Amino acid sequence: MIVNVRLRLAGRRHSIEAEVDWRGGTVTLDGRTSRINEWEWEAPEVGAMYGVALNDRREWEAMAEAMTAPPYRKPPEGPVLYMKPANTINAHRRPVVLPPGVNRLRAAPAVGLVIGRTAARVRPEEALDVVFGYTIVNDLSIPHEQLYRPAVKEQARDGFTPIGPWVVPKEETVPLSSLSARVYVNGRLVQCVDLRRFRRPPEQWLADVTEFMTLEEGDVLFFSWPADASLVSAGDVVRIEIEGIGALENRIVIEEGGEGE
Amino acid sequence: MKRARVAWNGTVTEAEPLDSGRLLLPDGTIVDDHKVMWLPPVEPHTIVALGLNYADHAGELSLAAPKEPLLFFKGKNTLVGHLGRTVRPAGVDMMHYECELAVVIGRPARRVKAEQAYDYILGYTIANDYAVRDYLENYYRPNFRVKNRDRATPLGPWIVSHEEVGDPMALALRTYVNGALVQEGYTADMIFSIPYLLEYITSFMTLAPGDLILTGTPKGAVNVQPGDEVVTEIERIGRLINYIE
Repeated sequence: MIVNVRLRLAGRRHSIEAEVDWRGGTVTLDGRTSRINEWEWEAPEVGAMYGVALNDRREWEAMAEAMTAPPYRKPPEGPVLYMKPANTINAHRRPVVLPPGVNRLRAAPAVGLVIGRTAARVRPEEALDVVFGYTIVNDLSIPHEQLYRPAVKEQARDGFTPIGPWVVPKEETVPLSSLSARVYVNGRLVQCVDLRRFRRPPEQWLADVTEFMTLEEGDVLFFSWPADASLVSAGDVVRIEIEGIGALENRIVIEEGGEGE
Repeated sequence: MKRARVAWNGTVTEAEPLDSGRLLLPDGTIVDDHKVMWLPPVEPHTIVALGLNYADHAGELSLAAPKEPLLFFKGKNTLVGHLGRTVRPAGVDMMHYECELAVVIGRPARRVKAEQAYDYILGYTIANDYAVRDYLENYYRPNFRVKNRDRATPLGPWIVSHEEVGDPMALALRTYVNGALVQEGYTADMIFSIPYLLEYITSFMTLAPGDLILTGTPKGAVNVQPGDEVVTEIERIGRLINYIE
């Protein structure tokens, strides 16, 4: 499938429009078709990155019992959000550095809704009007159990949010509800999920979130399936494919000069 | 020196506050400060905020003082400038201000040692980090509905350079609601000092120029109502005025 996308390349200041045949591994830009892997990629131009937690039905079920006990006491009523700040943003085929003393990362596939225009108090039925398109996010974190306090040290490390390779305008692809993700680690399929596993649809979350906070053009609201996310370690290559969008691939590496396991 | 950001005559510009309520614009124009609209003095990519960084405030909320800095992030949707208005949502029981010293990063900061921390700091401003406690839930607490609301973090009026402030760990903070003093504290009472915080945060993430650290609030958080004038004041920095609507 060939899709028109918006992408950013290393060394170029702004995003450009291009055609990609990501299954065939080619990209056509400036009238020239070349291999996707010939280019060095930057994250698409994105603003703030907000993740919606506890939207994965399986994760919710796994936590259900704990939710009625301390420290949580009762299930959440409002959206449970977290931020992956600007230092975490990473790009297609760029390395993800394992922090010193950490052996494994949780690699959760996520679909990112890229906001196209200022979004305040949107209604669920028109929520997609404020969305420009979709992208892929690898929501990496250091595995953690507690959700009582923000998991800042576990989620906000430099390079922990590969995003891209590009943004597909929503008109260019399949309906949001039919997107599905596959995760491959070193070429082996380890996870296969779709939006039926979401507790509530992204359109509803967009309404709930913009009820009290405005999202701007370029901001990304992303939705992951963390319950059965794979654990990856140094040397692993994680590839997230979302049908209709593309494939985002990153290698986990040990910091240069750091200690190996 | 002091550095503000204002909208004036149809444009956004830097401005230097002079004495007697006047502002010097970069092109030499001098304007009265009531003829401008004050904007947040910086546009950060990342805002790191501290929970419970003063032991007395932790005690006030019946919470144990943390052993490790309790961090959370805020979006730029929360910022509003000096003299701006912040909405108290309809039907809530408890919304309170929090006067906080805000640290503005001046250089890319990664793995900074506490002894060098001040080399990475451009200056300081005042943040009033409102919380709507009705929405507090025990997931990634303080959750976004409490702390990440549009225009719920007045910032300003200006940035004062580190050199001009001197020791940021020896400043008085005060909040006045409709002229009455309601909160008073001292930055010396922070559990985690600014140099410690900078070392801690940059030990695992990189901060960029313009990024902010909101260093927490002392005891004295009380409810505010529509129509209230809330003034958060920090010694050697200034007074940040905000209105509740």
